[in-house]
Amino acid sequence: MDSTILAFLIQDGVTSGAIYALLGLSLVLVFAVTRVIFIPQGEFVAYGALTLAVLDVGRIPGTLPLLMGLGIAAFVFDLASFRQSFRPQHLITSALVNLVLPAIVYGLVVTVLPMQPGPIVRALLAILIIAPMGLYIYRVAFRPLANASVLVLLITSVGVHLAMMGLGLFAFGAEGLRAQPLMRGSFSLGFLPIPAQSLWIYGATIAAMVGLYIFFERTILGKALRATAVNRLGARLVGVRTNLTGGTAFVLASTIGAISGVLIAPITTIYYDTGFLIGLKGFVAAIIGGLSSFPVTAVAAIGVGLVEAFASFFASNFKEIIVFSLLIPVLIWRSLTTDPHEDE
Amino acid sequence: MTAPLLQLKDIRVSYGRAEVVHGISLEVASGSIVSVIGANGAGKTTLLNATMGVIPSSGTILYRGTPVPHSVEGRVQAGMCLVPERRELFTTMSVEDNLALGGFLRTADERRETLEDVYKRFPRLKERRTQIAGTLSGGERQMLALGRALMSRPKLLLLDEPSLGLAPKIVAEILGIVSELRSTGVSILLVEQNARAALEISDEAYLVELGEVRRSGKAAQMAADPELVESYLGGGH
Repeated sequence: MDSTILAFLIQDGVTSGAIYALLGLSLVLVFAVTRVIFIPQGEFVAYGALTLAVLDVGRIPGTLPLLMGLGIAAFVFDLASFRQSFRPQHLITSALVNLVLPAIVYGLVVTVLPMQPGPIVRALLAILIIAPMGLYIYRVAFRPLANASVLVLLITSVGVHLAMMGLGLFAFGAEGLRAQPLMRGSFSLGFLPIPAQSLWIYGATIAAMVGLYIFFERTILGKALRATAVNRLGARLVGVRTNLTGGTAFVLASTIGAISGVLIAPITTIYYDTGFLIGLKGFVAAIIGGLSSFPVTAVAAIGVGLVEAFASFFASNFKEIIVFSLLIPVLIWRSLTTDPHEDE
Repeated sequence: MTAPLLQLKDIRVSYGRAEVVHGISLEVASGSIVSVIGANGAGKTTLLNATMGVIPSSGTILYRGTPVPHSVEGRVQAGMCLVPERRELFTTMSVEDNLALGGFLRTADERRETLEDVYKRFPRLKERRTQIAGTLSGGERQMLALGRALMSRPKLLLLDEPSLGLAPKIVAEILGIVSELRSTGVSILLVEQNARAALEISDEAYLVELGEVRRSGKAAQMAADPELVESYLGGGH
């Protein structure tokens, strides 16, 4: 192996690692705030990527009616919960969030799409279609279980993953799709050409991390999410509603998933079920970070990307096995160093 | 005559099949300190948690004459605030973040204003405002718990054992602050095992035993009651 191949593998690994880092951060975020191990994280990646690919050819993606459907389902759940306590303003809020918002997104897409917008506008539309889904999925699947055990939430999570994969097949079919790059061409770093799309991935990953950092450190809602992760009862006692933090965490998760999908759609062919494997690699990073540490997760994700790149060069048949085997030493090390009485 | 700020009527709480609070009724008048005293396991903490909605209960809870909101968060919004026995601080966050979150339901301007007031009342918290809450001493933690509660600008504070685990000098300081709060128009329902200290600062008191109210009346009279002194206040020592 010469230095050119080495440089290519490193670049490839860092590019995938950046995406895994975003997904890993999202998994840590959702788990810390809601105790949900969010298996369907990868589905948002596939949805985002496939939605962009369909928008690229000027068609309405199946995720758009799906968004409307999920919004209506969430609204019906809200209506059912009004039997316990009804306040008119809650009905208005629910209608705005669950019915009006998807309708606006729908209107925007059908208005803008015939104007043949550029790739960046199409990418933003794809994110706009997928991001609100997190909220509706939280409302329908997880909010009614807010006090359930981690195991019940995990089982629900698997159910949501299977449902979303099925809906993905229904919306996009079994064919793989690839989107057009956000920017064509490449830049050269010495002898190494770096595709413009990779720069987008690095830039978006860094921007998302900085954005999350500012959100968690500087805004009261971000602090409320951290507080919920540290002490759920304490957070309720200061008036932080579980619904608010849960919904916010899920919207962040779906937004991060959609952004990741939009970023990788031009560099790899995505199928309706590709998301799961991508999400799992983010999950490996999140586990290495103990489902709690953002910096460790981010660094681990880059490591996962690098291991994957080198494994696919040296032993491509065993690529996935090698990546997932990374978990074994980490789990052994964690079980030896963690005090089991720490967790309540 | 105006209705009491808080009225509990026939509150019952069960853990599984075992009822631990058997129909307690009590009232907190506006601007007063009411203490609930009694031995460990009498159901005092349970009563307070039920009042805040942390655990389910049956019976009627009226706040300002109307039934309280269903959720804990709704009760916070209405002006109730519980400082629990275990404090429930955000231990990995800074003192200032803990306080800011206390004012979560307030506007940014109100938060800033109230933070100044809280720092005036607890200068030690201001000194330690960038420190992580989990590294504070017991007394400082209690101050932070109280400060965080005040950030929500409560009308009614529910205090669960504020003196628990603290050195006597700190207990006096904390109870002194609680007593001062009354003068700012905050009403307080105080649960304490340290009955003598509680009665000193209270207007009214309820003695709870095995989940029932045994005695109630003016705090000063309760403190002077020979039988009560004998069994609960350590024989007058």
